[in-house]
Amino acid sequence: MTAMLESSSAAAANRPGSIRWSKQFGRVFVYGCLALLALVFLAPLLSMLLTSLKSMDEIRAGNLLSLPSTPTFAAWANVWGASCIGVTCGGLKGYFGNSFLIVVPATFISVALGAFNGYVFAQWRFRGDNLIFGLILFGCFIPFQIVLIPMAGLLGKLGLAGTIPGLILVHVVYGICFTTMFFRNYFITVPAEIFKAARVDGAGFWAIFFRILLPISWPIVMVSIIWQFTGVWNDFLFGVSFAAGTNQPVTVALNNLVNTSTGTKAYNEDMAAAMIAALPTILIYVAAGRYFLRGLMAGAVKG
Amino acid sequence: MANLAINHVTKSFGSLAVLNDINIAIEDGEFLVLVGPSGCGKSTLLSIIAGLDEHTSGSITIDGDPVDGLEPKERDIAMVFQSYALYPAMSVEQNIGFSLEMSKMPKAQRLERVSKVADLLQITHLLKRKPGQLSGGQRQRVAMGRALVREPKIFLFDEPLSNLDAKLRVEMRTEIKKLHQRLGATIVYVTHDQIEAMTMATRIAVMKDGILQQFGTPEDIYDRPKNVFVATFMGSPAMNLLPATVVGETLSLKGADAVLPVPASVVAPLTEGREVLLGLRPEWLSLASAGSPSGPSLPLLVEVIEPTGPDVFAALRAGEREIMARLPTGTPVAPGQKASFAIDLSKAILFDAASGVAL
Amino acid sequence: MPAIVLSPSLAAVTVCVYGFIAYTAILSFTGSKMFARFDFVGWRQYERLFENPRWITAIENMAIFGGLYIIGATCLGLFIAILIDQKIRLEGVFRAVFLYPMALSFVVTGVIWQWLLNPGLGLEHMMRSLGWESFTFQWLIEPERAIYTIVIAGVWQVTGFVMALFLAGLRGIDTEILRAARVDGAPIHKVYTRIIIPALRPAFLTVFVIEAHLAIKSYDLVVALTKGGPGVSTELPSTFMYSMTFTRNELGVGAASATVMLVSLASIIIPYLYSELRNDRHA
Ligand SMILES: Nc1ncnc2c1ncn2[C@@H]1O[C@H](COP(=O)(O)OP(=O)(O)OP(=O)(O)O)[C@@H](O)[C@H]1O
Ligand SMILES: [Mg+2]
Repeated sequence: MTAMLESSSAAAANRPGSIRWSKQFGRVFVYGCLALLALVFLAPLLSMLLTSLKSMDEIRAGNLLSLPSTPTFAAWANVWGASCIGVTCGGLKGYFGNSFLIVVPATFISVALGAFNGYVFAQWRFRGDNLIFGLILFGCFIPFQIVLIPMAGLLGKLGLAGTIPGLILVHVVYGICFTTMFFRNYFITVPAEIFKAARVDGAGFWAIFFRILLPISWPIVMVSIIWQFTGVWNDFLFGVSFAAGTNQPVTVALNNLVNTSTGTKAYNEDMAAAMIAALPTILIYVAAGRYFLRGLMAGAVKG
Repeated sequence: MANLAINHVTKSFGSLAVLNDINIAIEDGEFLVLVGPSGCGKSTLLSIIAGLDEHTSGSITIDGDPVDGLEPKERDIAMVFQSYALYPAMSVEQNIGFSLEMSKMPKAQRLERVSKVADLLQITHLLKRKPGQLSGGQRQRVAMGRALVREPKIFLFDEPLSNLDAKLRVEMRTEIKKLHQRLGATIVYVTHDQIEAMTMATRIAVMKDGILQQFGTPEDIYDRPKNVFVATFMGSPAMNLLPATVVGETLSLKGADAVLPVPASVVAPLTEGREVLLGLRPEWLSLASAGSPSGPSLPLLVEVIEPTGPDVFAALRAGEREIMARLPTGTPVAPGQKASFAIDLSKAILFDAASGVAL
Repeated sequence: MPAIVLSPSLAAVTVCVYGFIAYTAILSFTGSKMFARFDFVGWRQYERLFENPRWITAIENMAIFGGLYIIGATCLGLFIAILIDQKIRLEGVFRAVFLYPMALSFVVTGVIWQWLLNPGLGLEHMMRSLGWESFTFQWLIEPERAIYTIVIAGVWQVTGFVMALFLAGLRGIDTEILRAARVDGAPIHKVYTRIIIPALRPAFLTVFVIEAHLAIKSYDLVVALTKGGPGVSTELPSTFMYSMTFTRNELGVGAASATVMLVSLASIIIPYLYSELRNDRHA
């Protein structure tokens, strides 16, 4: 995040020609608007955090943004370990673990395959390579509703219906479309002469990849890992469609917790649960916002 | 060290013919320069020699053995690229030693070879650095080192100096030439800089549009160009080409109202009235002095003079024609002056006006 | 070796993207109910789909949601991008603040906004406790209004990304042109309307495609925020497809609705990808 800050302010400083609204009024207007908008954008997160630290009584007494008089982690503890989700009452922790069990292998496999594919597309010419790449690219953008029915059938045939390995498989398949695009677009910027030099030096397919390409690819590796991690972690549709019972990821469990609870709504618990489900991706965003943004931009194809 | 023969090599990308029936053969230890304008197929030919590209037909032999279809690493060649193509993540030492590592040479032996080459190129102090921490000239040396360390049969260079500034380029030119003499290596060198070609080569191949225009020694190319393209491409300022008509034993210069004898070099019989181009290198003109009245001369108007230090380039005019002359510094000429210029017709070349072929 | 490396992924994509698309498309022409059956019924399922009032609601909602979401996020994102481009201090902090919702899952976003907008203790409660006694905000439970809550949450989530895309576009404009305009004495609003915004055309295109893509795919947000309700008032094609397929045992209709979604999305994405790829390979 600090790097994001640095690079952006440097960019701004390097733009002598960018137009300013001169005069004091302009500056006041600009900062006023930005500050107001920033508050509006931050308020939901703040409210979520504050509410999760209150008791229900305090929530009724206060308002969205009032500070808790006696902050308590009771709601957090409850949703983490005790709340009933569906028929089981063990809190979110199991589902949180499921998400990790899904995310880690799905990310690793799809990033590795994407790197190999991107390498092939960027540096090995063959007939129709651009068309094939285009077809893979299109796979990034399909509405996944179109694959839900046959995928459910396939997972059933493979004996993976409702299981975590099944979900990993699904995420890998649709993840490689994106990771292939990321790596291919990165690798085509490597000068062709470097590959020629390596071939003259006697390096083969894998030696070129591992010795020459991979050591200069860590930025795009980071981007892909973060993209896949957040994408898979935040997934809901595949989780709700293909995972059953205690194999569900945390997003599905969160939705079940919030939207199927009976009796009065415990907003403090809802917010604590949402915080827990959001924490990993928020931490990644804070730690590596620059790569997160680069992934988003690359996902917009341009770049 | 080895000889190299390129026999009837043709290359097309789809329907686009990029190389057309190229024939070149050089002996062990020669320095062949491929020269020609951008896009003429020099790099393509070099890549084919290296095995990075496949030719469409023809064959290539190194040391008498056909190498067609062999991978680059099996051809025992080394290559230096225009962008140097250093591996960004490796140190200089690893860059130079990479090919040896790929051929599984034991580490101790490898390091010894690398340090020998680093000594030779005076880059020992840079061995631990990454390419990103080197200047252009240093990168160039590393790229050379990467080729030298392999002790290959043939060195291939693709415009290795074109990314250097003018001064460094001249220095490195000399250095490569020295290396060539010292190692006695066989070298194929691509450039579009005709000065590089003239100064370094033992053989030059001039190409245009995928066709070999002329192959010969630098003297051949410079003094006896086979056609107008070679004549004007090599040499700076370019050779003067004066349109003329054959009238008996003389040439009547068009648009200049002047007559010169047919050069002695012309052996082909000339039909009366034939349209030709008279090729004169700028240095074949000199101020006619009163002391040496012999030989043909032309009265010319001095329009512009450009001193370059050792020489003076003079733009001269005869009627509608402009003629460049290279005169020694100190020659008493001034703009606006009219003077008689002696012409060394013993070297002058006549080209057919229509085909551009030397007669 | 290149072929060997590529083939597993190619096989996976061929089967799981194109094979599955074909399968779903074929299924949409069958009378499948609970299980896939291959008794072809022509366009019957599409007729049933478009006779279904829930689907019509879903399409109408899609138009409202998609339209407002795209317009809202584009305008707000562009506005913020222009503000941030005024050589401000703390630019990185502001950008980080606007972008963070993009890191959250739609489910989390839905849950948060369900809390913020809940009629009992949410925004209404806060406004009243701040002294605005008559303030009412019950959109979440009003069938006519609930779809707008989804727009609000969606815009909140995506605006930072839109801003980043526009900011990249603004930073890519040749500053020489802006200087020239200033030398020519163009007033500031003219510079924006005549030079800068036209120069952002490619960014607008990208933004539009991304937003349309997100809008058509939207599923989690609705499920988490309104469950499609009250009633079916916030039904979207994605939620319709899901309930037809997995709870109503109408595989054929579900497949038909998924196919309609794919075709509408493809008609936006394919031309875009085509133009992007064509300009892409520089060599
Ligand atoms: N992969 C390719 N596909 C199609 N045409 C190509 C390809 N590579 C090169 N060409 C064409 O072949 C011709 C020769 O290219 P080449 O790179 O050999 O030129 P060159 O003489 O090295 O030029 P330069 O001095 O600019 O390096 C050019 O017209 C080029 O457009
Ligand atoms: Mg070239």
